[in-house]
This record gives sequence, structure tokens and C-alpha cells, in this order.
Amino acid sequence: MSASSHRLFSRQDIIGFAILAAVIFIVLPLALDSFRLNLFGKYLTYAFVAVGLVLCWGAGGILSLGQGVFFGLGGYCMAMFLKLEASTPENTAIQSTPGIPDFMDWNQITALPWWWEPFNSLLFSLIAVVMVPVMFAFIIGVAMFRRRVGGVYFAIITQAFAAILTILIIGQQGYTGGVNGITDLRTLQGWDIRTDAAKETLYYVNGVLLFACLLIAQFVRKSKLGRLLIAMRDQEDRVRFSGYDVASFKIFIFCLGAGFAGIGGAMFTLQVGFMSPTLVGIVPSIEMVIFCAVGGRLSIIGAVYGALLVNWAKTSLSESFPELWLLGLGGLFIAVVMAFPNGLAGIYAEHIAPRLAALFAKRQTPAAVPKPKPAE
Amino acid sequence: MLDNNPNFLLMVEGLTVSFDGFKAVDDLSFYVEPNECRVIIGPNGAGKTTVLDLICGRTKATSGSVNFKGQELLNKREDQIVLAGVGRKFQTPSVYEDLTVFENLELSYPRGHSVFGALAFRRDAIVKARIAEIAATIFLEALLDEKAAFLSHGQKQWLEIGMLLIQDPELLMLDEPVAGMSVAERKKTAELLNKIIKDRSVIVIEHDMGFVEDIATRVTVLHQGKTLSEGSMERVQNDPKVIEVYLGH
Amino acid sequence: MFSDYSMTELGAIFAMQGFAGLILFSVFVLMALGLAIIFGQMGVINMAHGEFMILGAYVTYLTSTAFAVYVPGLFGIYFFVAMILAFIASGLLGLFVEWAMIRHLYKRPLDTLLATWGLSLILQQVYRSVFGAREVGVSIPDWMMGSLPLTDLIEIPINGIFVMVLATGIALGVYYLMFRSAWGLQVRAISQNRVMADAVGINTAWTDRLTFAIGCGVAGVAGSAFTMIGSTGPTAGQLYIVDTFLVVVFGGTGSLLGTIASAFSISQAQSIMEFFLSGSMAKVLTLLVVVGILMIRPQGLFSLKLRK
Repeated sequence: MSASSHRLFSRQDIIGFAILAAVIFIVLPLALDSFRLNLFGKYLTYAFVAVGLVLCWGAGGILSLGQGVFFGLGGYCMAMFLKLEASTPENTAIQSTPGIPDFMDWNQITALPWWWEPFNSLLFSLIAVVMVPVMFAFIIGVAMFRRRVGGVYFAIITQAFAAILTILIIGQQGYTGGVNGITDLRTLQGWDIRTDAAKETLYYVNGVLLFACLLIAQFVRKSKLGRLLIAMRDQEDRVRFSGYDVASFKIFIFCLGAGFAGIGGAMFTLQVGFMSPTLVGIVPSIEMVIFCAVGGRLSIIGAVYGALLVNWAKTSLSESFPELWLLGLGGLFIAVVMAFPNGLAGIYAEHIAPRLAALFAKRQTPAAVPKPKPAE
Repeated sequence: MLDNNPNFLLMVEGLTVSFDGFKAVDDLSFYVEPNECRVIIGPNGAGKTTVLDLICGRTKATSGSVNFKGQELLNKREDQIVLAGVGRKFQTPSVYEDLTVFENLELSYPRGHSVFGALAFRRDAIVKARIAEIAATIFLEALLDEKAAFLSHGQKQWLEIGMLLIQDPELLMLDEPVAGMSVAERKKTAELLNKIIKDRSVIVIEHDMGFVEDIATRVTVLHQGKTLSEGSMERVQNDPKVIEVYLGH
Repeated sequence: MFSDYSMTELGAIFAMQGFAGLILFSVFVLMALGLAIIFGQMGVINMAHGEFMILGAYVTYLTSTAFAVYVPGLFGIYFFVAMILAFIASGLLGLFVEWAMIRHLYKRPLDTLLATWGLSLILQQVYRSVFGAREVGVSIPDWMMGSLPLTDLIEIPINGIFVMVLATGIALGVYYLMFRSAWGLQVRAISQNRVMADAVGINTAWTDRLTFAIGCGVAGVAGSAFTMIGSTGPTAGQLYIVDTFLVVVFGGTGSLLGTIASAFSISQAQSIMEFFLSGSMAKVLTLLVVVGILMIRPQGLFSLKLRK
């Protein structure tokens, strides 16, 4: 009976979550030195975005090419707090105006802008990390989905937002740090985030937050809302004429994705120690889509592996063969669309799961064959 | 004179829509009583489907009024119109192919229509019982766990009718419900429709005259966006204007 | 912001900036025409469109170099040869890409968007490997140098006029092709009802391929024009893609007049604002206004209300 597949976790899901937890919390920390672990921590911050994209794009059919905007907004909110903490009057005594961030001083700004003020508060900043991207997504979502803008139009307009925000950040360097971004971040409430120990702690914090987001995503997908998203993707009109306000569901899922991305951005800032417009623009935004696509656009677990794998490949390849990396990435876009539309999760469901099942079947009594289920 | 007559469930008055100057529906008025089965017939391009689109909010009217149980529908969103009690079946079967029959019906169950309502929705015994009941009515009780994509054309039509039934609308609008069906399916569908049009008002667009004669309380003939004739099947069939339009050219 | 200038100065500023905007307009129009044909008629988003333009620019560069080396006497006319070659090169690449990739993706517009983005990355890397990362520029023939003094404050560069004339000519040509020729009728028939077009004997697969190729070819010509006003680098095309898309969407898909009008308004707004604000803020404002208008009128400025 189909009821079983609507329990929050199917057996398949439990195994998937357990393996992922083992990878993130046990295997990676044991296998990697602290530099590499920090690097993987950085990759995992993109997984937040990719999981959000699974909900928006994979389930709901809403392709946003502007997720970097939300990643960046979350990251900048965190960076502003850290920057203010680093810019004490003592630390910045050599500036012509001590007590403001260095880049402001370089740009002849003599007082902290009013909208920087609230970021002196950690609580405000943490709320802003989630709420600023969500509010921004809400405004875009209301404007677009209420007017029934969707599909490629939505994709292009979100991409335009990524362009706008990047240009704005770079152009207003006195307020934003410009093209370099906000750098030289040091402590969080006095705790030095640059040490190896701190980075390790942050890696685990990141992992826990990612799992929290994964659980929320799992809950949403298994709820009626999750089924509605799929229904909307396929027959939007029918959903509307079943009495649902389609736009409000799209706005919700878009905001949820933005919130996830914001958390990812903040964790990026904390682990990497800076935030810059290079993580906001058109190029990173569309790369985030590929993380999701490689993992399998319908699988939240796959999205995490996708983010890890693509970024790991990027680091390894671009260290040694920078030319190859762009070719590889380009090829990946094409391959994942044309040959593997369901990404890693699809490959697993089609090729690996049946073989595993066959393997189990040989070992156990034939009666207890676990039925291979396609991963969702 | 007919304004706010409580005897009518639906009052369509002066309804007009123009697409870039072309009036697909032109100053159309008609009235539907409770428990009436109104059949709309007319040649291709007469504006039949457009009328349904206008009533359920899919197309925005240029002018006129659609009054349902004392509420004006023209300034409402589609989902609000549905929740007010108007159900609509499309000409081509539109079901959610990636979901099972059970899930298709479940999404139409009238509960949890808001975002947070949908998040909190639980599949309890009442829901299951109701879905089982509807599934039996639409001959799909054995296929509840099947994906809708694997159903035959006729079964998809039934499923969509079932999705409307579970909403339990006071006004049901059906656009060519037996089109594209095999003879056997057609017979079963007629039986099904006869069962479900009881206790509610129905507007049906249909070409099959035998079928129309079977179910219609009254018939409206549309031609070029206007009412050509209205009344009982017999009256309409003998109306010289109707004969002219159907056979005249 | 206007108070610092006298009226005559303001007039001159508007005229000069307006003219500078016209050159931007020309590039927009040429880029957007190609994109509009492909997107409007086929519903395909080609994110590699900028790279097709850059291919045309590189071809123009190669032609100018070849002329300078082998037939310096004919250098004055190299540009016309280059334009034709650019059209052919980009068109042929388009033909190949449609065959290898696009035709498999007609029912999945969002996926096409990702796949063509991948293509654009590959092309960028190929350009970088072949031509180097450094930007290259063409030498402009003597007759195109210089400018026409209109008043003592206003001067109009000749190459700008040339690019504009070129853009107008091609726009007219595309208009003729799409709306007056038998082939254009087929393309439009397919865009309205593919199955029916197939049924009445139009070779839809071949028409699609040719449409795509022509759209890419026009982008190649845009690349030729682009060399007149900017230098060519591997990633130069990417800067234009979002703007061009907004031009197409803003104008309303399927409306060539709309495309031209929206290219005109966007380029003019950006160019005139650029003088008074910083370049980046002008761009931000332009994009915001365009996006804002699209939110109010998502179907674009020039499109009909249709019966669903």
C-alpha cells in the first residue's frame, strides 16, 4: 500500500541518511587533515544551496539561477557581524577613522552607515542570515509567481538579480568591500575562528546544520506539500482548479530554498573567513545548479554528494590542469542534462541498487529478497 | 428582473471577452438552477470552452458578471472560485501522471489547502475511507497504487471526474467528458455521470446528442459567442435558427 | 544631477551619450535578433549565444589579420568579407550544435538552458586555448576612422554610423526572412503548432536546424560589429547574455519590432544614465527597471492577448 512510502523515512531513506551521516561525521574527519577537512566543510556549505534547489527545481520545477544571491546575502550578513567585531577602535587605530571596517576607511567614509549598525548584535546577525535571504526571496517570489512568471522567464530574471547584486556590491565598495569582499575576519564573540581547532568545530556545526536542513527538506517532501509540488510541476492548472493557490506554494518553497542558501552562506563565511561578490554572481549561481543536477535533481541526499563531488573535482583539477577544469565543467553540464538527467541518484537507483539487491538475495534465503525501490 | 433571484445558483449576465478585438463570448447571459443539468452545445469556435474558462477564472472577462450563490466570481482567483464550490473538468484529461491514483484523489480532498495546512495534512482514516469510496465509484478501486501515467485514456478521464467528486462541488463543469472514449468506456461514463449529476448543478459541454438527450435538463446553444437558443432538448432541436446554423451552410 | 550643466551642454551630452547608446543598441539588436529568432520561434534558450557572437568576432579578427598580411591593398574592404565569414562560421557551428544537442532537448527548456551554459564554458576554454587569454582587437580601415563633426560640441564617429547601418540592414533582412518569405512562414507555423506543421508536410526537423543556425549566424555578424567598438576576449560574450535576454523578453517574444524597441530603450537608458551616474549604477538601475516592468507585464511590451 502506498501509505508506507509516506512515512517520514522509508527504509531506503534511513540507510541513505545513515550513510551520509557516517561520511560527514566519521569518514571525512578521520580521512582528512585539518586543511582538507576545512575545504570539505566549504564544499558542504554549497550543499545547503543544492538541497534547496532539489525542492525548488527538482520537485517544484522552479529553476532559480540566482541562488548565489541568497548564499551571498546570508554570507554577507555573517561577514558584517564578524567584520565589525574585528574592527574595534584598538585594532583599527591607524585608520583616519578608527572603529569602522578598514575598507570604509580606505574609501573616505567617516562613519558607520546606519544599516551596518544592527550587525553589531550577534542575535540580529544570526536572524538576518536567514531572514534577509528569505525576505528577498519573498519579494521576488510574490512579484513573479503572483504574475504567473515561471519557467525560463523566472530563470533569466533570477539570473538578472544575481548580476544586479554583484554589480551593486562591486560598485559600492565603500559600503560592501567591493570586489575583494569583506575579508580579514577574525573572531566570533572573542573566539578565534582562524585556528585549526575552531575550523574543526565549525565543520561539525556545519554538518549538524546541514542535517537539520535535510530533515526539514525530508519532512516537506514527504508532506502533502511535497506531492503538491510534483503535481504543480506537471499539471499546474489542475492544482489550481483543485482549490490551491499555486503561487503561495511556490513562494514558500522558494523562500525555504533561500533560507537554506543563507545558512550555507553564513557557514561559508565562518569557515573560509571572507565573503566576496565572486560567490554571488551569475557564474557561481549556475554552478550551484550543477551541484544539484549531478547529485540528482530529485534527491536531497544526492545533492549533498553532488556538491562534494563537483567541488572536490574542481579543486583537484584546477590545481593541476586549470584548462581541463572548464572543459570538464562544461562537459558535465551537457552530460548531466543529456545522459544522466537524474544524476548520481539515478545511476544508483538504476544500476547499483538492483545489483546490491541481487547480492543480498544470494546471501540470504531467496524469500527475503529486499525489493529494489527507485530512489526518489 | 432576475437580479439576485435566490432560485438561481449561477447567474451569468452580460458576459463578454474579447481577444484583441475578437469577441469570443459576446454579451452572454444565462441562469442555472440548483440541481439543474445544463448542456451547452454549439458548433466549433462558438465559445463553449471559453464560457467555462470565464466562469472558473481561467480567462479574465472583459465585462459582465458571474454570480454564484450571491458572490461575484469574476474578481476571484481560480482557487478561490474552486473553494466557493465550482469544480471544473478539462477537455483533455489532466491528472498528475507522476503520482498514484490514491495521491491524485488525496490532493483533491477538500482539506489542507493552505501552505501550512498542506504541511500539517495527515492521511487519516476519514480521508482513506472517502478515497476508497470515490475510487469504487469511478471503477478504479483496484488501481489505487498505480501511477496515473499508466492508466488508459478513459481511466484518466474517470480519475479526473473522481478528483472533482471528492471536492464535492455545488456546481460541476465538464468539458466533453466522453470525448475520445471507446464505446464501452462511453457507456460506463454515461452511467457514472448520471450518478454524479444528482444533488448538484452541472454544466456540460457535449457533442454526443444521444448522451445530451439522456442527461440534459435544459440546453443552451451557443453560436459566435451568443446564445442562439435555449430550452428543453426538444425545443432546441426544432428551433429553425439552430437547424440553420448546424445544417444551413 | 542636471544642475551642474547649462542647457546647451545638456543637449550635447544627451546627443553624444544618445549616440554612444545607439552603438550599444546596434550590438544589442544584432545579438537579440539571433536570440529572439531562436527563443521566440523555437522556445529554446541559448546561453551560449554570446560565445557564438565571440566566434564571429574572432573570425573578423582572423580575416583582418589575413588581409593585412596577404592582400594589404584590399584591407579597406576586409570587413565585408569578415562579416560573411563570421555568419558562415557561427551558422555552421549552430547547425552542428542543434544536431548534436538541442534537438534532443526541445521538450525540456530548462535543461536546454543548462546544457547550452555548459557549451558556453567549453567554447570559452577553446577560445582561450586557441587565441590566448589576452583580448585582441582589429585594426579599423582608414575610411572608417575619424568622425563627422555635427556641431562644435557634437561629433559622431564613422564606425558607429557604419555599425548602425549594418544593424538596421540585418534587422530588415531578418524581418523579410521571417515575415515575408515562404521559409519564415514555415518557421512561424512550427512555432504555433508543431504537430500540424509536421502533418502538412513541413520538414520541422530541418527547419528547426536552419532556424537555429541562422540565429547563431546573426550572432556571428553581431560579433563582427562588436569588434568595431570593443576588444575580443574569450569571456567577452558572457557579459552580454543577460542583457540580451532581457532585451528579448522585455520586447515580447515573437515580436521583432518589440525586440528592436526594447533594445533601443534599454541601451539609451543605460548610456544616458552612465554619464550622470557611475557605469555600474547605471547598469543596476537599467536592469532593475527592466525587471520591474517585466514583473508588471511579464508577457513583454509587445505581445497580443491570446485565446488560451
